[in-house]
Amino acid sequence: MEKMARVTTALGGNALTGRTMFCHLDAPANAISVCRDAAQVVVAGRNIFKIYSIEEEQFVEKLNLRVGRKPSLNFSCADVVWHQMDENLLATAATNGVVVTWNLGKPSRNKQDQLFTEHKRTVNKVCFHPTEVYMLLSGSQDGYMKCFDLRKKDSVSTFSGQSESVRDVQFSIRDYFTFAATFENGNVQLWDIRRPDRYERMFTAHNGPVFCCDWHPEDRGWLATGGRDKMVKVWDMNTTRAKEIYCVQTIASVARVKWRPECKHHIATCSMMVDHNIYVWDVRRPFIPSAMFEEHKDVTTGIVWRHLHDPYFLLSGSKDSTLYQHIFKDASQPIDRANPEGLCYSLYGDLAFAAKESLISSDSNRKPYIGDRRHPIFFKRKLDPTEQFEYISSSSALSVFETDVESGSMDWFVHTAKQYALAGRPLPELCDHNAKVAKGLDRNQVAQTWTMLRIIYSSLSTVSSTNLNHSMGKGSTTLPLMNSFNLKDIPSGLGSESRLDRSKGESRSENILMDSSSTLMNNEDNEETEGSDVPADYLLGDVEADEDDLYMMDHENPHAEEQEYSLPQEAFPLRHEIVDNPSALDHLQDKADSPHVSGNEAETVSLTPVESFSLISISHSLYENRLPSDFFNPIVRDTLLFYAEQGDVQTAVSVLIVLGDRIRREIDEQTQEHWYTSYIDLLQRFQLWNISNEVIKLSTCRAINCLNQASTTLHVNCSNCKRPMSNRGWICDRCRQCASMCAVCHHVVKGLFVWCQGCSHGGHLQHIMKWLETSSHCPAGCGHLCEYT
Amino acid sequence: MQANGLDERTNLLVEEYSTSGRLDNITQVMSIHTQYLESFLRSQFYMLRMDGPLPLPYRHYIAIMAAARHQCSYLINMHVDEFLKTGGIAEWLNGLEYIPQRLKNLNEINKLLAHRPWLITKEHIQKLVKTGENNWSLPELVHAVVLLAHYHALASFVFGSGINPERDPDTSNGVRLIAVNNFCVCDLANDNNIENASLTSSNFGIADSLSELEALMERMKRLQEDKEDEEASQEEMATRFEMEKKESLLVINGAFDDEIVSTDVSRYIEDPGFGYKDFARRGEDHLPTFRAQDYTWENHGFSLVNRLYSDIGHLLDEKFRMVYNLTYNTMATHEDVDTTTLRRALFNYVHCMYGIRYDDYDYGEVNQLLERSLKVYIKTVTCYPERTTKRMYDSYWRQFKHSEKVHVNLLLMEARMQAELLYALRAITRHLT
Repeated sequence: MEKMARVTTALGGNALTGRTMFCHLDAPANAISVCRDAAQVVVAGRNIFKIYSIEEEQFVEKLNLRVGRKPSLNFSCADVVWHQMDENLLATAATNGVVVTWNLGKPSRNKQDQLFTEHKRTVNKVCFHPTEVYMLLSGSQDGYMKCFDLRKKDSVSTFSGQSESVRDVQFSIRDYFTFAATFENGNVQLWDIRRPDRYERMFTAHNGPVFCCDWHPEDRGWLATGGRDKMVKVWDMNTTRAKEIYCVQTIASVARVKWRPECKHHIATCSMMVDHNIYVWDVRRPFIPSAMFEEHKDVTTGIVWRHLHDPYFLLSGSKDSTLYQHIFKDASQPIDRANPEGLCYSLYGDLAFAAKESLISSDSNRKPYIGDRRHPIFFKRKLDPTEQFEYISSSSALSVFETDVESGSMDWFVHTAKQYALAGRPLPELCDHNAKVAKGLDRNQVAQTWTMLRIIYSSLSTVSSTNLNHSMGKGSTTLPLMNSFNLKDIPSGLGSESRLDRSKGESRSENILMDSSSTLMNNEDNEETEGSDVPADYLLGDVEADEDDLYMMDHENPHAEEQEYSLPQEAFPLRHEIVDNPSALDHLQDKADSPHVSGNEAETVSLTPVESFSLISISHSLYENRLPSDFFNPIVRDTLLFYAEQGDVQTAVSVLIVLGDRIRREIDEQTQEHWYTSYIDLLQRFQLWNISNEVIKLSTCRAINCLNQASTTLHVNCSNCKRPMSNRGWICDRCRQCASMCAVCHHVVKGLFVWCQGCSHGGHLQHIMKWLETSSHCPAGCGHLCEYT
Repeated sequence: MQANGLDERTNLLVEEYSTSGRLDNITQVMSIHTQYLESFLRSQFYMLRMDGPLPLPYRHYIAIMAAARHQCSYLINMHVDEFLKTGGIAEWLNGLEYIPQRLKNLNEINKLLAHRPWLITKEHIQKLVKTGENNWSLPELVHAVVLLAHYHALASFVFGSGINPERDPDTSNGVRLIAVNNFCVCDLANDNNIENASLTSSNFGIADSLSELEALMERMKRLQEDKEDEEASQEEMATRFEMEKKESLLVINGAFDDEIVSTDVSRYIEDPGFGYKDFARRGEDHLPTFRAQDYTWENHGFSLVNRLYSDIGHLLDEKFRMVYNLTYNTMATHEDVDTTTLRRALFNYVHCMYGIRYDDYDYGEVNQLLERSLKVYIKTVTCYPERTTKRMYDSYWRQFKHSEKVHVNLLLMEARMQAELLYALRAITRHLT
């Protein structure tokens, strides 16, 4: 409380002073209202009806209006209003539908003056005429508004909204005869008090109930409304059609709105549910409240500015049974806490950075981005001199830093995405095709992977790939080392190779884990043959070793694993040899592909099956006479994980799709989903819509599959009567007219309809395409220059 | 106009058939009230099949759990099929022991919501959403609550309207159709002339029932015309409310034998003995009356539900509004009747039994408008729908048309659903604040 400011404002002689303070009420408040002199406040609720005087330091209870042994339901107030001309006059709206007036001048304890029991349902709102002492207006759940003359016993006139419940009624401050009423169905009606038969104007302001409205105290044409749709809208009523001039989106349904005195664009709001804070918005800056009061612990139900001409004191009542006086100086200002900097990467690695201008200038002095800064684009928001002080801080600058065109190029991604074949052909063909594509783009490692996959999974020979893996395993030892390398440091030509290395390493290490019994000797083999380029007969030798391994028992297992861990250090220097020797790869690959090798494998096949089954107990029927292709699943899985880890989610997803069920179960759903979403996101950012859709279709994840099934509905309005067409897309049920005619052939379009976004004429896709090939004007003859891209 | 209405109805049924591939008896009975059916189907479709926080099989299983509270085998069987079709794990159908703990945790709230929603507190909500491996997120919970309330209420409608299982030759894939004792036997769905059939030709004297009708209309008129002269004090009003509550107590003497619940149903429920206990007879634990004005559907319920489970609020809102305002301005043989008071009395009487009180409603009206046999029926259908019998259905409003009685059932169902939702959502709101 110490920090709370004490504020004094001069208001034509009387000074308003005070601090942020509160007092406990005995019960939740439903509404509050202030006396004209800003010295007293009345609080009303289901179980409370009291007047407090607002002192310097505290609220002091002045009067309890809830008297009598057994208070009647008439005391259960939904709303309360204090007359702004007569300080003895109050009116309340009771939940049972009674409108009660109170005369504080009465000598007796019971100040109840008049009872109007004309409404059949709860009365939501009462409102005094701003300049007429005896005129009271009420709006009720039963859909009626009633105007009472306090000198008479009954209502003077009844206004029927002809629709649902009335939520708020407000006399216009300037127009003597006008009042606004808001309704549960989202409408706002304007009435002339002299004409109870019909409203003057009506418009739909919100989607769902409009809970409140408030006329601008100065600008006579402005009406603010707040609704259940979480919006606050400001309407300019001066024009013939009510025009929405400002709209503020809040986070919860809006229960009350109150213009801030003396500040043309400020408005205070509180919400009906969930959110307990009071916000003061500058309607011109609708994204962030300019002030915020966070004191209440439950929903705020009533807000009122303490004095008609003082913008610094706000009173509020709440369901948490407290009454607060808020001082503007103590308000928290979310703008101060908001992060004023924005940072974003573009597809091509460009970086945009927006920040307060002051920050930018100091930064650029230090020049932190010298290296990358190619073409900084610089925007600055121009200050509007007429705008008020709070805008000064909001000027900001946006800089864009472009990265090196070469290194940031993502062409390969686009090309790959376009050229890859993912389905529709047998697996070997797909793999071959994709390998070729990758190779064409100088991505040898990826090409290699595809080739390996073909070998592993096409039924030709499964064992040969074992050898392939083993022989390639030479490189395995470089794995940890590579991690310490930064891609940037390596010339791009080498980059791909080194990456390839790593992948081999991955598959290798997995290999060890899998048929671990076989690895011990194998590793030794590798070490021996390291350094030398793969000799032609090495492959064969390896096979032999493999066979030997297969006879070994499982107890070798732990050793093998230890071996694996100790390997990296030994093989440290090896990497360079391989990297520097790209030909080795091609060599290898040729080997693997060569018929000679496969023939060789065919022989070994006869030996291996029995052992392999004994080693890993997988029952398998498809590859009865060979090593099951499942055998390599962990390797492939790790390859994919590796690619994804590297950021090449494209390869991972493509392989996933091509292999389909063969690999799907090896990778957990979540990871797959993650890959898919990343890849699809990338594709869509490159506007490769067709490919992204193909990927969605081919994916086996349920979450992904349904992506292109969401929001596939296109709602069409009839071009004639502007009503939505519910049944069929081409004929309107109401005006019985065909809505979408082709501008070229003048027939109804029932299938693909393309239309110009400029002039909204259109027609059959084919017709329009043909038309625009020869002419640049709209076929409808409207003179618009249509574009078809 | 008549032709237009029929046309609309046919259209709607055709649409429903083409989207869901079936036309269940609920839909057929409801199709008497086409306008309502449309919003009913839309909201049901949304909560069962459209984007939502819960996976599809979960939704159907929750429906099963909800229907099981009222032993509504019709709904259970329907959703067992759907559950399997949407890829649910068949094992779960063996009973509650086979389902994940997370779903099992929903039992408590299902039980309370079905029978004594006023007992739901924010502690129940907290228990469910408390972080842990089986916790529910708030959107999921709201989805579940909406489903539960929907199916409890729908069970009321099914029993109230005497809806029987469809005559389907091959329903016997593991799931037997069972006949619960007391199952209502008036088979509306197979009566093709529902609109025309009126029950005037029952055993009771026609003249007698006609005069009843006249008297009722007279009373309605009187209530509408003169807004009572004497101002009833709060005491009086409160007393009237209490009286209604008390009377609702007497409406059914609790002398029902504990029915033996067949195992087909009981495996989906826990604590089968837990049933409706009159709100009025609380005695020991003094529960405050729910003041409708302090937590209304329009102001509070909607905002919360829509916030956590987007769009359902609009659909439910439309449905509630639809049922509340639905009228053909007819009563039995009379036309051009304003039935507002009657509809309001029905709606508020249901809420009254759940302890929800409207300040702006004079509960004396209930007494004047709703005859005792109707009260018995209302109470049975909303609180223990499984005990509804055809005799109850027949014994009230003997001269009214079937379609009008279905209308009553719709009102009861929606009032009940709203009451359950209000209690559940209020607890969630309290949890949030």
